[in-house]
Amino acid sequence: MATISRILRSFLKNVHLQKRFYADAPPNENQMKLTFAGANKVFYDNVIVKQVDVPSFSGSFGVLPKHVPCLAVLKPGVVTVFEEKGDVKKIFVSSGTITINQDSTIQVLAEEAHPIEALDKSACRDLLNKAQDQLSRASSEKDKAEAEIALEVTKALEQAAL
Amino acid sequence: MLCQGIKFLTLTAAQQQQTQQRGMATLKSISIRLKSVKNIQKITQSMKMVSAAKYNRAERDLKQAKPLGQGSKIFYEQAEVTPVEGDTNKLMVAVTSDRGLCGAVHTGISRNIRDTLLANASERENTKIVCIGEKSRAILQRLFAKNILFVATEVGRKPPTFNDAAKITIELMNSGYSFGSGKIIFNRFRSVVSYVIDELPLYSKQSVTSASKISLYDSLDNDVIQSYLEFSLASMLFYSMKEGACSEQSSRMTAMDNASKNAGEMIDSLTLTFNRTRQAVITRELIEIISGAAALE
Repeated sequence: MATISRILRSFLKNVHLQKRFYADAPPNENQMKLTFAGANKVFYDNVIVKQVDVPSFSGSFGVLPKHVPCLAVLKPGVVTVFEEKGDVKKIFVSSGTITINQDSTIQVLAEEAHPIEALDKSACRDLLNKAQDQLSRASSEKDKAEAEIALEVTKALEQAAL
Repeated sequence: MLCQGIKFLTLTAAQQQQTQQRGMATLKSISIRLKSVKNIQKITQSMKMVSAAKYNRAERDLKQAKPLGQGSKIFYEQAEVTPVEGDTNKLMVAVTSDRGLCGAVHTGISRNIRDTLLANASERENTKIVCIGEKSRAILQRLFAKNILFVATEVGRKPPTFNDAAKITIELMNSGYSFGSGKIIFNRFRSVVSYVIDELPLYSKQSVTSASKISLYDSLDNDVIQSYLEFSLASMLFYSMKEGACSEQSSRMTAMDNASKNAGEMIDSLTLTFNRTRQAVITRELIEIISGAAALE
């Protein structure tokens, strides 16, 4: 009896092993999911995109699917997103972080982000002049540093504006 | 014995007089109370309106802030960052506000911290608390006055901004307190009627550099990690403050709604007593007049 049950069990085990299931749709390795959020607005939330170009302190770089995992700090400048359908979107960011993960997800988190269409060239130039003025009048070390940052941001802003 | 009896008599007489006087006085005092309860109801009703408007805005803002907070958490999960062993210094950030009258939003946060700290004596020694908002300070100060690192006030009057979060981050960096691990404790908004206490983990630079999967990440230097951590701390604080503000407003809305309802009930019962007493007073006066007239006949 015991042998029969043993045989039966091993048989059953085999049956179980042979049973096949539908696999989940394989995760497409060549897709890249982007989360792009500023403190003021969300641009992309886990949206599949083709390519993202980001300005960082270690140099500007483009990100394609299967990019090596990476951390970087955003520099004031323009982030360019190539959407899946071929549209290109340019968004100005002031500062923030970029995280590229192993599973091809990207988080671009910015303090302040605006599409460049929303920028006004003359207003940006005014800001740039103001920042230069601020730098020339800055006396203490801290004021100077702040003014330099303002100048850097406004310079990038002025360049980004259409 | 006789003396006592007389005393007793005068006492009852005095009592009677008092009740008679009170009969008149009650009418007055009831009407005063009625008026004050009506005023309270007006106040709670308008507070409800205000917080409903604020809640709408807070919820809209929260939707925009959510990816920012979730996004900054992902790296820690992906890289499997764990607190450094041996570093027992901890940090707890209590996200509340200055304003009360919003149910158990603030007490919940404070109680959570209090329970963790009271449960473990060594944690009580090594944990520092950052209070965002006066309310958590008021509660935690009684027990853990020496654990409080600093308090951020003027929270809750206006919706939180990224600048507020950045200020707290800067203050935290400048405080010179180095922590091995920490957490932000805040109310996560679920729906208009519910919120849950949630935590976001905080890690030190050392724990990030010694994380098990950190070697997968490319081009890391000290500066990048430091800036990255600072920014992600600020964005997590910002996100948790948004969640907190939204839960607070929604909870205030419910609390004020309940208060208005209760005030309405009180007004009903007071009106009833008022009318009854008024009726009683009129009846008594009539009796007095009639019996007076009858006595003259």
